[in-house]
Amino acid sequence: MVQAKPRSTVEAAVTPVNRRPKRQLPWPLNLYQTAVGKKWVMAITGVIGMGFIALHMFGNLKMYLGAAELDHYAVGLREIAYPILPKENALWLMRGVLSVALVLHVHSAFSLWAMNRRARPMGYQSKRDYIAANWASRTMKWTGPIILLFLAFHLADLTWGFANPDFEHGAVYNNVVASFERVPVSILYIVANLALGVHLYHGAWSLFQSLGVNNPSINWLRRGFAALFTAVIVGGNISFPIAVLTGIVG
Amino acid sequence: MDLTLKVWRQDGPQARGRFETYPVQGISADMSFLEMLDIVNERLITEGVEPIQFEHDCREGICGSCGVMINGKAHGGHERTATCQLHMRTFKDGDTIVVEPWRAGAFPVIRDLVVNRSALDRIIEVGGFISVNTGSAPEANMLPIPKEVSDAAMDAAECIGCGACVAACPNGAAQLFTSAKLQHLNLLPQGQAERWQRTVAMVEKMEEYFGGCTNHGECQVACPKGISIDFISYMNRDFIKGKSLNRRLGGQGLAK
Amino acid sequence: MVTLDARIPDGPINEKWESHRFNMRLVNPANKRRFTVIMIGSGLAGASGAASLAELGYNVKVFTYHDSPRRAHSIAAQGGINAAKNYQNDGDSVFRLFYDTIKGGDFRSREANVHRLAELSVNIIDQCVAQGVPFAREYGGLLDNRSFGGVQVSRTFYARGQTGQQLLLGAYSTLMRQVGLGTVELFPRQEMLDVVTVDGRAAGVVVRDLVTGEVSSHAAHAVVLATGGYGNVYYLSTNAKKSNATAAWRAHKRGALFANPCYTQIHPTCIPASDDFQSKLTLMSESLRNDGRIWVPKDPADTRPPNQIPEADRDYYLERMYPSFGNLVPRDVASRAAKRQVDQGRGVGPKRNGVYLDFAEAIQRLGRKEVEERYGNLFEMYDRITDEDPYETPMRIYPAIHYTMGGLWVDYNLMSSIPGVFVAGEANFSDHGANRLGASALMQGLADGYFILPYTVGDYLAGLLGQKAPGTDHPAFVEARKGVEEQTRRFLSIKGTKSPDHFHRELGKIMWEQAGMERSKAGLEQALRDIPALRADFDRDLRILGTGDSLNDSLEKAGRVADFFELGELLIRDALHREESCGGHLRIESQTEDGEAMRDDEHFSYVGAWEWTGDGQPQALHKEALTFENIHVAQRSYK
Ligand SMILES: Cc1cc2nc3c(=O)[nH]c(=O)nc-3n(C[C@H](O)[C@H](O)[C@H](O)COP(=O)(O)OP(=O)(O)OC[C@H]3O[C@@H](n4cnc5c(N)ncnc54)[C@H](O)[C@@H]3O)c2cc1C
Ligand code: HEM
Ligand code: SF4
Ligand code: FES
Repeated sequence: MVQAKPRSTVEAAVTPVNRRPKRQLPWPLNLYQTAVGKKWVMAITGVIGMGFIALHMFGNLKMYLGAAELDHYAVGLREIAYPILPKENALWLMRGVLSVALVLHVHSAFSLWAMNRRARPMGYQSKRDYIAANWASRTMKWTGPIILLFLAFHLADLTWGFANPDFEHGAVYNNVVASFERVPVSILYIVANLALGVHLYHGAWSLFQSLGVNNPSINWLRRGFAALFTAVIVGGNISFPIAVLTGIVG
Repeated sequence: MDLTLKVWRQDGPQARGRFETYPVQGISADMSFLEMLDIVNERLITEGVEPIQFEHDCREGICGSCGVMINGKAHGGHERTATCQLHMRTFKDGDTIVVEPWRAGAFPVIRDLVVNRSALDRIIEVGGFISVNTGSAPEANMLPIPKEVSDAAMDAAECIGCGACVAACPNGAAQLFTSAKLQHLNLLPQGQAERWQRTVAMVEKMEEYFGGCTNHGECQVACPKGISIDFISYMNRDFIKGKSLNRRLGGQGLAK
Repeated sequence: MVTLDARIPDGPINEKWESHRFNMRLVNPANKRRFTVIMIGSGLAGASGAASLAELGYNVKVFTYHDSPRRAHSIAAQGGINAAKNYQNDGDSVFRLFYDTIKGGDFRSREANVHRLAELSVNIIDQCVAQGVPFAREYGGLLDNRSFGGVQVSRTFYARGQTGQQLLLGAYSTLMRQVGLGTVELFPRQEMLDVVTVDGRAAGVVVRDLVTGEVSSHAAHAVVLATGGYGNVYYLSTNAKKSNATAAWRAHKRGALFANPCYTQIHPTCIPASDDFQSKLTLMSESLRNDGRIWVPKDPADTRPPNQIPEADRDYYLERMYPSFGNLVPRDVASRAAKRQVDQGRGVGPKRNGVYLDFAEAIQRLGRKEVEERYGNLFEMYDRITDEDPYETPMRIYPAIHYTMGGLWVDYNLMSSIPGVFVAGEANFSDHGANRLGASALMQGLADGYFILPYTVGDYLAGLLGQKAPGTDHPAFVEARKGVEEQTRRFLSIKGTKSPDHFHRELGKIMWEQAGMERSKAGLEQALRDIPALRADFDRDLRILGTGDSLNDSLEKAGRVADFFELGELLIRDALHREESCGGHLRIESQTEDGEAMRDDEHFSYVGAWEWTGDGQPQALHKEALTFENIHVAQRSYK
């Protein structure tokens, strides 16, 4: 297409706020060069994250079956696809996918956020009154980073262990109990999960729009799915520290 | 009724703007919002104050010229109502009404409440059409189009290009406008030949000027024509397909 | 001295256009690039014409005072567009559309033009469908039609209540395609304020940038004006607020004749004005008269709410006066009847300025659901504006100015009396005679733009091959630019006390009073005294604040109102000279015994084209005789 030159003062006054990439990367990387493509990647990586979170939560429910079950489950994770693959290979593969997904999700979030800022350099000078945009959708850019920070702490606390003085490799059950017995950690955990819930309440609905999954006859299910998914995940996750603090587990 | 009007005044594109407060008396409930502004302007002229510049033309909700933020809501926030269709009976005696222009990087203020929306035309010129030269059209009834499809295309085609979707969007995104324009043509059989290049070209042009979509849904409720965000979803799908399909093989296989 | 040669081709009526197309000269593709055509206006006529010319290879420059071509007033048309497709198998044909249009125009239009319009109507639908215009369809997937007033066949194509919008968006999209391809240069927010002629031919235009106030000139080999009608000379009308006659008027002052200015159309079903600050009137589709019954209380003193007035005390005056057509008489007849009721003091509503359009009977007969199906969106629109629910209480309606049949005189090629200045769409006078039938303005605008201009402009340009167009440094351009700048200075320097709107409103009152639905010799003569007086007041007491170098709405208005003064005066003069009644023009001196319009074919079967003879002087009248070879001329009757 011909890039039209400005033909009048009116037109000349409007300059693009986002630069187009100089070079088109080969498919599928070129998708990531566009905002709609980034949003699509966000949705896909969000789905991956949701899958992980769901498995993670269900796996952790083993906690209620006792230390042996949970620790056994942790071992089992290392042995996925064994003996086809050597031990831990599948786990590392999953960790790899999750890390890439997380990096892409966070990178696209920041780059879209920057783009949106450029799209409205001067904001409204009077008070906005939102009608449809809800609290969840407008706080995605805050709940996201909260999750990220929490994730870092969470890994340090329960995976690598340096944030948990009582950490002991392989003793998953004891580590969890030791961690949650510190009240501030439990509170942090609960708050972070509420943030995650808010994030998911919008995200798990929004991803259908981003992916172009839209059929008016079943669209009502999308909101229901998001609410249900959020409730299950947040409910499950929050139950762990509460269970520890109330002594049900431990 | 008597009102207090707080209006954004800005002398030119480069000038600094500010809110000015004007008391307004004796407004009839049957007046339209723009007629109320007319009255204020008549009075300002007699007082030697330059009248408030605002955009308008048809005054029946079809040309898409009008459009301001009223109390923080695009077009005042009533369902399927453009600013010119808003009547004063929706306000109460004694109300304070704050009026501000659309804000977006692609919509620079020209003066007072008037903004420049020509970026929307830039999106159209890269693909918002079916390439058919005058004279080369086949007989109209050669191509039956299911009524449902035609109706859906019409739902999208009703967009009046007012820019309220951009104004209302927390991100300053023009997805609702672009998707309405796209899906009007992409749904129809006549539009199939250019469907994928149209989608890619228009979306990429849109992204040069506007923000991205977070699916807030704020545009849909601001839209005076009730355009649905379903169209945004279809646009996203068509865009990914348009980028990924091998068009030379009629969409079979992946893009090279 | 101007000679009026309509350049109508010889031959039988149905072969004229065909043979003319063959006889017109062509420009070879390589030479087309050397020609520049300026298009003023981006409505149906302008957008379609500009796009089609650009597709052929000409350089086209499009100017519009709107911020986007898509906002032209054509966007507001609701009802539909006619075409002689005969899809309904109900006996329609090109000849019938031709016949209906000539008769509807009360035998005051050119046969050859109207026949060509009817021929092209079918191509328009094809073209628009190919562009993706989502016309209404039947369940079988084929196009649907509805009927419109004044005809007995179903030939109107429509897209919900937004036909004009969809057609304009179609034309706009083809125009924007050419803009993207670089063949059309688009100049939004630029108002044309003068036509420049050199050696009696079009040489270009002078425009003002509405944002910066900069006045610039543009040279071209041909200039096309597609600038719409002048209905806003009445101030209150169904036209968009910014619609104006300035482009046409400035061309008129440069030598283009203005034809039949007194042919104005009044639409019977509009929402009555609610207060003195009413800024415009809203049209309610004519289709409402299919099921609504029009009435007023018999007793002017009757102030009961409509629902409490018993049948016996109501006067269904249309049904009484025109038993065979009833509520479905043509627009002009229905409008005049309503005016007479209101003038007799039987008007209804808070300002007693309307008549009832009642759906109670229809709701009883068809059921509320069916009525909702047919008119739901119109009822909603009415409710929104008046806060009254038409399902519960009858609507109030009153006629309003809607369309202007008069306009710049053009020949068969749509060229004005200035060589190289073409006029298309509502801005020309060509096809509708003294009254326009519903759904035919859209048809005419698109026929002009898509299918006539591309040929006739080419024919004109072919004659210019090898000649260089005068540049914008030519003294004629310099003089025109000065004139425009001078006008701005003058408006800003008056420093009086009243806004342009004030004068516009006052002018509108005079026009509506004396040259509205009924015109009398005494009234018209009164207007000829009142308008100059008001005009003098305008020149003395206008107040324009601000400057000429930024967006200044009042300054724009002032120029338009100044032109409306002159045009209004010409309209009055034309109405005064036409001592007959025809179509929308009713002289009370020329009526049958029971108050029907009476034509005078013996003396007035001509186009009245007026020539500008200088400031402050009455224009000179030229006559183009109308001959009817294919249709028998008869008096209309709707009893
Ligand atoms: C409410 C309403 C409903 C109608 N419904 C129907 C209907 O159902 N069917 C039907 O057939 N007809 C209908 N009509 C009539 C029809 O819409 C118009 O006659 C027709 O659209 C006129 O088109 P146009 O292209 O001639 O001019 P317009 O659409 O009026 O366009 C004029 C263009 O010229 C530009 N312009 C004017 N002056 C200047 C200048 N000085 N400098 C630069 N640019 C200038 C404007 O910016 C605009 O782009 C309706 C009219 C109204 C008012
Ligand atoms: C496991 C963790 C996470 C999950 C499951 C998750 C899930 C999702 C989902 C499903 C979406 C919706 C995508 C769409 O609309 O298409 C989303 C959007 C978003 N996520 Fe996450 N997310 C996670 C972590 C994060 C992190 C760490 C950040 C930021 C640093 C983040 C920032 C965002 C933002 C800003 C959006 C909205 C983007 C937009 O629409 O503009 N998310 N997330
Ligand atoms: S989509 Fe709606 S809000 Fe956006 S430009 Fe179109 S009509 Fe206006
Ligand atoms: S003025 Fe035309 S849409 Fe409001």
